[in-house]
Amino acid sequence: MSSAAVVVTSEEDLARDRIRSDRPGSRGAHSRGLRANISRWVLYLLLFLFAAWYLAPIYILLVTSLKGSSEITLDKMWALPTSFDLGSFAAAWKALSPNFINSLLLAIPAAVISSILGSVNGYVLAKWKFRGSELVFTLILFGMFIPYQAILIPLTQVMSDIGLYGSLQGLILVHVIYGIPITTLIFRNYYAAIPTELLEAAKVDGAGFFRIYRSILLPLSASGFVVVLIWQFNSVWNDFLFAVTLIPNQVNWPVTVALNNLSGSFVATWNVQMAGALIAATPTLLIFIILGRYFIRGLLAGSLKG
Amino acid sequence: MESRLQVATALHRITFRCAIGTPNVSEVLPVKLASRRMIAVISVAALVASACSSNATPAPSSGGGGAQTAIEVVSWWTTGGEASGFNAIIDKFNADNPTLKVTNSAIAGGAGSNAQAALQNRVLAGTPPDSFQVHMGHELLDTYVTPGYMDNLDDLYAANGWTTQFPKGVLDIVSAKDAAGTTHYYSVPLDIHRANVIWYNKTVFTANNLTAPTTWDQFFTVADALKAKGITPLAVGDNGIWANGMLLESILIGALGADGYNGLWTGKTDWAGANVTAALTTYQKVLTYVNTDHSSLSWDQAADYLIPASAGAQPKAAMTLMGDWAAGEFDNKKFADYGWVAAPGNDKIYDALADSFGLPSKATNKDGIKKFLTLLGSAAGQDLFNPYKGSIPANSTAGAPPTGAKQYSTYQTWAMAEWKADAIVPSVEHGAAAAPKWKGAFEAAVTVFVATPDVATLQTSLVQACKDAGVCK
Amino acid sequence: MRLTRDRVISLLVIAPSILAVAVFVYGLIIWTGYISTVKWDTLRPDYTPVGLGNYASIFANNRFLIDIRNTVVFTICFIAASLTIGLLLANMIDRRIRGEGIFRSIIVFPMAVSFIVTGVVWKWILSPGQDAAHPQGINQLFGLDPTRNRWLTDAHVVYIGPDSPVYQVLHSIGLGFLTSPNIGVPIAMLSIVLAAVWQMSGFVMILYLAGLRAIPEDLKEAARVDGASEFRIFRHVVFPLLTPITLSAMIILGHISLKIYDLTVAMSMSGPGFATDTPALFMWQTTFRDGLFGRGAAVAIIMLALVAIVVVPYLIWNRRQEVEA
Repeated sequence: MSSAAVVVTSEEDLARDRIRSDRPGSRGAHSRGLRANISRWVLYLLLFLFAAWYLAPIYILLVTSLKGSSEITLDKMWALPTSFDLGSFAAAWKALSPNFINSLLLAIPAAVISSILGSVNGYVLAKWKFRGSELVFTLILFGMFIPYQAILIPLTQVMSDIGLYGSLQGLILVHVIYGIPITTLIFRNYYAAIPTELLEAAKVDGAGFFRIYRSILLPLSASGFVVVLIWQFNSVWNDFLFAVTLIPNQVNWPVTVALNNLSGSFVATWNVQMAGALIAATPTLLIFIILGRYFIRGLLAGSLKG
Repeated sequence: MESRLQVATALHRITFRCAIGTPNVSEVLPVKLASRRMIAVISVAALVASACSSNATPAPSSGGGGAQTAIEVVSWWTTGGEASGFNAIIDKFNADNPTLKVTNSAIAGGAGSNAQAALQNRVLAGTPPDSFQVHMGHELLDTYVTPGYMDNLDDLYAANGWTTQFPKGVLDIVSAKDAAGTTHYYSVPLDIHRANVIWYNKTVFTANNLTAPTTWDQFFTVADALKAKGITPLAVGDNGIWANGMLLESILIGALGADGYNGLWTGKTDWAGANVTAALTTYQKVLTYVNTDHSSLSWDQAADYLIPASAGAQPKAAMTLMGDWAAGEFDNKKFADYGWVAAPGNDKIYDALADSFGLPSKATNKDGIKKFLTLLGSAAGQDLFNPYKGSIPANSTAGAPPTGAKQYSTYQTWAMAEWKADAIVPSVEHGAAAAPKWKGAFEAAVTVFVATPDVATLQTSLVQACKDAGVCK
Repeated sequence: MRLTRDRVISLLVIAPSILAVAVFVYGLIIWTGYISTVKWDTLRPDYTPVGLGNYASIFANNRFLIDIRNTVVFTICFIAASLTIGLLLANMIDRRIRGEGIFRSIIVFPMAVSFIVTGVVWKWILSPGQDAAHPQGINQLFGLDPTRNRWLTDAHVVYIGPDSPVYQVLHSIGLGFLTSPNIGVPIAMLSIVLAAVWQMSGFVMILYLAGLRAIPEDLKEAARVDGASEFRIFRHVVFPLLTPITLSAMIILGHISLKIYDLTVAMSMSGPGFATDTPALFMWQTTFRDGLFGRGAAVAIIMLALVAIVVVPYLIWNRRQEVEA
């Protein structure tokens, strides 16, 4: 399995190289002369500067979480810790681990369900258009743009009326519903690029709605699913507003709300908070580092509308 | 070349009309199918797991099913001394009352702002917790009592003799009169904090032959001397603007006296009056002695400016005006060289705020809750909690924890003596003196003033705030 | 359209989503709209109608006007900076550099961090320090003077003040209102922009990278053969082809910026003189701190209207594009 991916990667790069190297003068830095050399160095320098900008806050998070309480002052924020103190990580983990599990129990089902929903919705709106389907799509899309503060109060009332206030399932439901617009958007555009002739041929062969989905569209949806799963997981995992409003009981909190609780009301223990922030960010960071390439490839393969 | 261009442009046309590129089957198939299946399995498992493990809203149960009745109390005490103290009281209660079990359901965030939002949602939905932490005074009265969500605690107050054990100033703050003019009590104050305290670095003062100022004129003299030495006279961290609002509050108390200050919140004192103008002008002058980076600091980071970076070094600032939880911050940072004094002009006036607990009308375990409230108001309970919190007991019969238990600090002992002797006024910045929307307008006016110190604008805004609150005409 | 079995199935499949959106988006919006027209100003719901009274008091509140200004400034700066940096980075990454994967990961990963964490860390970095002898954060790193570089604590608003020549001109032609600080740029907001761009520019870069890679080399080749310089190629061939991406990115960034809440709350709440205050924070405080539910609902509806003004034209344009295709 992994070898297939490796093969694919190098094929893609080779193809790109082939196209690029057909250009006169692109056979490598040496043949390009001094000016090209310098501009190459400038390029790398700029990239390094940008990389430093992107990494600076992570540096602060790491360094602060490794310091002891008395070492943490604002005018020494850039200084390395005098000793490696993993105590804050231990304290943060102890405080956050049940909520960490809650976040997993929340984000994984929510991401999966909303991707499946987005996929079938996109399928319908792209390939089974009906009168008014464009209007329906536009109306669904508009739902993506509402400020969630606008519907917080009636949402709490509705949730408690249907008995889901305070539970993780209720929060999953809320995230799935408010994820419908973006997931539908991504899949619809994705499927719109698939030639309708393929479906026509299948219909002639006698395939129905689900058969076409399963045998034609689903195999092609891999990149789309990757993009949607990653995007939804990220946004559900990092949500604070819905979680703090809809879940009063500490036992059921996701990690974002619990992390906020590490801050205390009057005294701030920065090392524990920053350690907690790193712990809370680990799954999403890992996903971006490991699966980031597939996320990018998914976008490259047509998952977001141009 | 031509056909390649044609293909390219055709491709591009498809590309940019519909989507970027086309989904490429060969690209990802084998890898993704397997991981997709895996994800599906994991998620189903997770969904099942979440269904089994998550609890629905804990409705106040009434003893069915287990031997213990659960009592859920919401607070914003999540860490530090306050959490230790509160949990100590809860443990004692649970030990003394085996049929009841109190739990501390805490949400942190901005001295309660997240907790308050979640709480209000619950009250609106009709499922309040069994009790909840709320500042004594108008924050409780206007938010929860006036709309009719709380039961009064008159029977508790009578049964426990609190009407004689709590000072009259506190009784005034925790009570409200009904339409017939009868006084009813609505919450039990657990701790009393003082807001109008100046903390100072003792070494700096002795080194420069300064004494802690007791009037604002003295303050300015001291401040000028400190400025000459390159030390910020007053450290303020108004990342939360309330810290700066506390400054204005103390200046108003100092200028108007206890009665005058109280009158501001009842409509007796005119916000447009000349004495208020004088106070605001003093406030404007005080702000010129404050550190320039005040709006990026929190109150505790500003308090830390009093702590020298190393032994013998000069600290960044010499004074800060803050409630007595600042002592806890200094102790936390292992800094012992601090002194305190009532804010200038505030001598013999105790600017009080308290965390208190009441009884929601829709709670079901009222007897159990009342038992818990009784412990909270008792001398024993208050002596158990307050040494941890850094505050003092509201109950004037308290003050002597049993030997072996955590004792009061030097500051707290001083504060308790003051508590018995001083006039008590409610703090506006901490919810005692005014309804939350009035406090919000007060803070909005302070926010604008701190950026653009114009006394006339400030006074007009404060006058308008009083009118909008429905207290002034 | 024949109602075949498949058609019915397809409608049934999409029906739950339509229903869910209808209730949870439009239904709740309508409910909020209704609340914005009633008195409800304590914890006990009070449905006494007050017409547009809530809206009137909001627009009369200077803080709200400042919020609108802040949102406009933030949106324009955030989108412009993100698009520019994203495009620049995409161009750089596209040039067959070594370690492309690593650079890409570094640039994209800020998206994985939540806005709250971003806000806390950038608050630290952008706290200026007390005075010239004690710089902090970014001032410390670059040796800048804290008294002149106030970053998040800067209460200044750049606007057309009385000592500028434009002031007189505007006043004389009756456009005096343009000289109020409510039409200006709050410097502290730029610090928030910095943090937000840090977080989202990687996403824009990915979009542009995808777009750049999809441009056939032959188009550029043809232009090169005609003698165009690289820069002209970029301006006349590449950039126009990226227009759909630019629009997508603008819409997504725009809707994030209009709703921005977590970031400003974590960094500076309202900021000095409300310089970093946002409508979302104003709505939160009006509703949950001051207990003015009716007014809070009105702020929410106004926020929604602002979003609609930006988004609806795009959606209509989008539909028209599709009809043509």
